[in-house]
Amino acid sequence: MTPVLAVERITKLFGGIVAVDDVSFAVRPGEMLGIIGPNGSGKSTLFNCILGQLRPTAGEVRIDGERVTAMRPCDLNRRGVSRTFQLLQIFPQLSVRENLILAGQEHRGTMATRLFGRRDAGLSEAAARMIRFFRLEHLADAPAGGLSYGQQKLLDAAMAFMAGPRLVLLDEPAGGVNPTMLAGLKDRLEAMNRDEGATFVVIEHNMEFVMSLCTRILVLAEGRMLAEGTPGEVRANPAVIEAYLGH
Amino acid sequence: MRRTGWLGCAAAALAIAALVAAPFFLRPYGIYVLSLWAVMTMAAIGLNLTLGYAGQVSLAQAAFVGIGAYTSALLIPAGWPFWSAFLLAGLLCFAVGWLLGYPALRVQHHYLAFVTLAFTTLAFLVFRNEAWLTGGIFGIANIRRPSVLGWETGRPRDFYFFCLLVLGVVTLLAWWIVRSPWGRAFVALRENPVRALSLGVDTRRYTLMAFATGSALGGLAGAVYAPLVQFVDPTPFTLLLSLNLLLMVVVGGSGTFLGPFLGAAVAVLLPEWLRFSQGWYLIIYAALVMVLMAFCPSGLIGLAGRLFRRTAAPRRVAGGATP
Repeated sequence: MTPVLAVERITKLFGGIVAVDDVSFAVRPGEMLGIIGPNGSGKSTLFNCILGQLRPTAGEVRIDGERVTAMRPCDLNRRGVSRTFQLLQIFPQLSVRENLILAGQEHRGTMATRLFGRRDAGLSEAAARMIRFFRLEHLADAPAGGLSYGQQKLLDAAMAFMAGPRLVLLDEPAGGVNPTMLAGLKDRLEAMNRDEGATFVVIEHNMEFVMSLCTRILVLAEGRMLAEGTPGEVRANPAVIEAYLGH
Repeated sequence: MRRTGWLGCAAAALAIAALVAAPFFLRPYGIYVLSLWAVMTMAAIGLNLTLGYAGQVSLAQAAFVGIGAYTSALLIPAGWPFWSAFLLAGLLCFAVGWLLGYPALRVQHHYLAFVTLAFTTLAFLVFRNEAWLTGGIFGIANIRRPSVLGWETGRPRDFYFFCLLVLGVVTLLAWWIVRSPWGRAFVALRENPVRALSLGVDTRRYTLMAFATGSALGGLAGAVYAPLVQFVDPTPFTLLLSLNLLLMVVVGGSGTFLGPFLGAAVAVLLPEWLRFSQGWYLIIYAALVMVLMAFCPSGLIGLAGRLFRRTAAPRRVAGGATP
């Protein structure tokens, strides 16, 4: 089976600093892959190289076998690859509903149909469902900037799900989200994985969350792949323990 | 929501009624000033699209008003009907605005301001120096006011109503754009271009489109400006007009739909009303603008919203977000 995402020997240099050093891995369709590693180990840089925000110094990225290295993020997104960022990225002055509609509107039609077509781009129903799922009904028409940090974080994730993506890369989705909401987010990810066959790659520091969600974990340290395996294997790996706890 | 909607409709109806009634109480000069307000509002609506909604700082709007005005001034005496000159001015400015958008793909904020500032200066030099086309400093006179389906708009009051009509069309056009998914994408471009890009928004194309549509509206305003003053020379289209249009957008409320209407009223009408104070009027005007900007950076629309919320308290008004 062709992997939905294949990362082949990606290297990224910033000046003389090696942020990502010759990392390769593949993600099977429907897989839930976790990426962990200490701060500064190159996880987010790796994401940015995969998703076209940064051009890798060397290496290739393939989606469904097709080379997409350094493709523009908007084109990649329209192919069903979606993401969240480590730092909160919403549109504070748009309402929650408008944030969600925006996240889906560019996936259908053309510039012309977006100008002359329906104002909601036919997405009101999908946005309402997302709002119900994340229990944001009472805030749906309030500016998103007024939401609590945890709620904004959930909205951020919800935006990545709006267009029915096949592959979602989440950069620390659990940070700052309270346990109840986090359980809801996990349900959502598992439902999308089960019902729509969506594939997930998740960077996370919350070990409990990532270990219970993912079936396979990659460990990065100092830009290099340190270990790979099931949550149980990774937890027992002495090299991983050393990387996290130091010498 | 419902209540604000009704209040809005009532206020709009009242404003339109006042605009229609006003020329019957004014002398020709007053009517001229009101007509100028309508024209400058159109140009400010365009700049508000580029700068207010899409967040692309532009000091080039005067150049587009100029291009539109010269299009009218050259074609109308040559026998072209007004509407053809009007549409051509819009199309021409759309194309030039699109090209001017390219620097915005590389630079932003005050760097972009300087790029567009240079463009205004360049356009002014072309208007002044290319005398074979523009008549140079002697300008172009004898720009006939149009007749619409047999309605002659030569007299001040008739031409004022004509300006209102065109302003109405431009307003509907801008309303349509702002309410469409384009408007949403423009705001996304202003608030967080990186995130917008990751959500499939082709920020490059929307940036160019924001420049092109905003500039086109500037061109339409210019096309009406020429028959209003009936004499076009380079002097009105300097950086000063660009700054004045910027002032209109910011004072009215950048990124709000009604901002340009109020901003243009402040920039065009207020100096006239302050004339009673003779030598002091520019000083009073400047002081008012400074006080407004210091205490209400969201402009007059923001100020109105704040006052409205205070009177409507304690009920929380949701949905105050601008589209």
